[in-house]
Amino acid sequence: MRTITFEQVASAVEGMCIKANTKIGADVLAGLQKARETEESPLCRAILDRIIENDKIAAEEAIPICQDTGMTVVFVDWGQEVYFEGGSITDAINEGVRQGYTKGYLRKSVVNDPLERVNTKDNTPAVIHYNLVPGDKVHITVAPKGFGSENMSALRMFKPADGVEAVKEFVLQQVETAGSNPCPPIIVGVGIGGTMEKAAFLAKKALLREVGKNSSNPYYADLEKELLEKVNNLGIGPQGFGGRNTALAVNIETYPTHIAGMPCAVNINCHVARHTEIEL
Amino acid sequence: MHGVQITTPFTQEAVRSLKAGQMVSISGVIYTGRDAAHKRLVDTLDRGEALPFEPKETIMYYVGPCPAKPGKVIGPAGPTTSYRMDPYAPRMIAAGQTGMIGKGLRSKEVVDAMKQYGAVYFAAIGGAGALMAQSIKQAKVIAYDDLGTEAVRELVVENLPAIVVIDAEGNNLYETGKAAYKR
Repeated sequence: MRTITFEQVASAVEGMCIKANTKIGADVLAGLQKARETEESPLCRAILDRIIENDKIAAEEAIPICQDTGMTVVFVDWGQEVYFEGGSITDAINEGVRQGYTKGYLRKSVVNDPLERVNTKDNTPAVIHYNLVPGDKVHITVAPKGFGSENMSALRMFKPADGVEAVKEFVLQQVETAGSNPCPPIIVGVGIGGTMEKAAFLAKKALLREVGKNSSNPYYADLEKELLEKVNNLGIGPQGFGGRNTALAVNIETYPTHIAGMPCAVNINCHVARHTEIEL
Repeated sequence: MHGVQITTPFTQEAVRSLKAGQMVSISGVIYTGRDAAHKRLVDTLDRGEALPFEPKETIMYYVGPCPAKPGKVIGPAGPTTSYRMDPYAPRMIAAGQTGMIGKGLRSKEVVDAMKQYGAVYFAAIGGAGALMAQSIKQAKVIAYDDLGTEAVRELVVENLPAIVVIDAEGNNLYETGKAAYKR
């Protein structure tokens, strides 16, 4: 049995908090560059140039891409053959977040309670999703989530009879209502199936997929392409100023569901779509 | 991206000269504030007391910056979503504020106040905090230090890039831009 320590987990999370917030993924950057090439609005071409320039400045100066360095969402795939030494895994992850947000000069955006609202001053606690997997490896993904886009997300409990048309209408309506608020060009995560909370989880998980890569299921890959085209035909454009590129991707994740229901969640991410991962 | 030069104080004459869709570069002194600060500012007005700064002909930037790295004036400082300030903005405009910098949609009440008193809503580029920070030459907290990133700061900016989204006549780039590219 392998052993992984508190320090290993904390140190990995600390590094990932800083990396995710300062260095945009190559896939997102490629998506932005493609949008720049296809954009018809002169104003939005200038905006996309500025966004790409911003991503470069952040990487060069090792400063955050966006001042909203997010609430830290962490996905952990923990191998069943791995023994954890040194207390609580959750404490280790939160220690990593604490150190990363302090040492990285990242903004502390978390409040202790949704109604009392006192800043915890170290961006803890993180939102952590654990998954037990076979094997002796640990896979951790850190995905800081800004709330300009998180606030534009929603969930609906459809009837089975509503079918795929309801999903399409919901996604388009959600993107249209969000307009300029979530900092387009956006990435749209769609979760369909499971239970209420499973659909929301799937929508979040969909945001982790590489930009430009469609679902491995041909039916959902086609649906993603159709929805991306329809979203871009809304005309919202980069920053909502009117243009061709409202979204860089629409990603759909699904799960089996109940005979009586069809939960559907839409989670929107801004163009600062951050996530980084590590295997221990 | 350069566009029309704007220098504070942001007078009624300058306000009335701007049209939705124009790119601008803002220079001079501006103030920061977001949710929690706005609540306190409006509570102060409600009590009939003086604000921490004279609001007449000022521009308010809706931003909560990152901490400054050693040797830097400020951390990344891009705009936050403006609709959360909608309950407070009409009061600030009535008190003399002539400009707002943020991102995203505004309520009818805000646009009505902008038309009535003469004010402009600018959008900065959401998610471009590292770039925006380069235009900020000085920063100091002038009120509500306990709010941390949400404290009111006085910033000295040079050529801060922004776009006129809603002008003082109520013309709205978010509406006209989208209509022009809708298929």
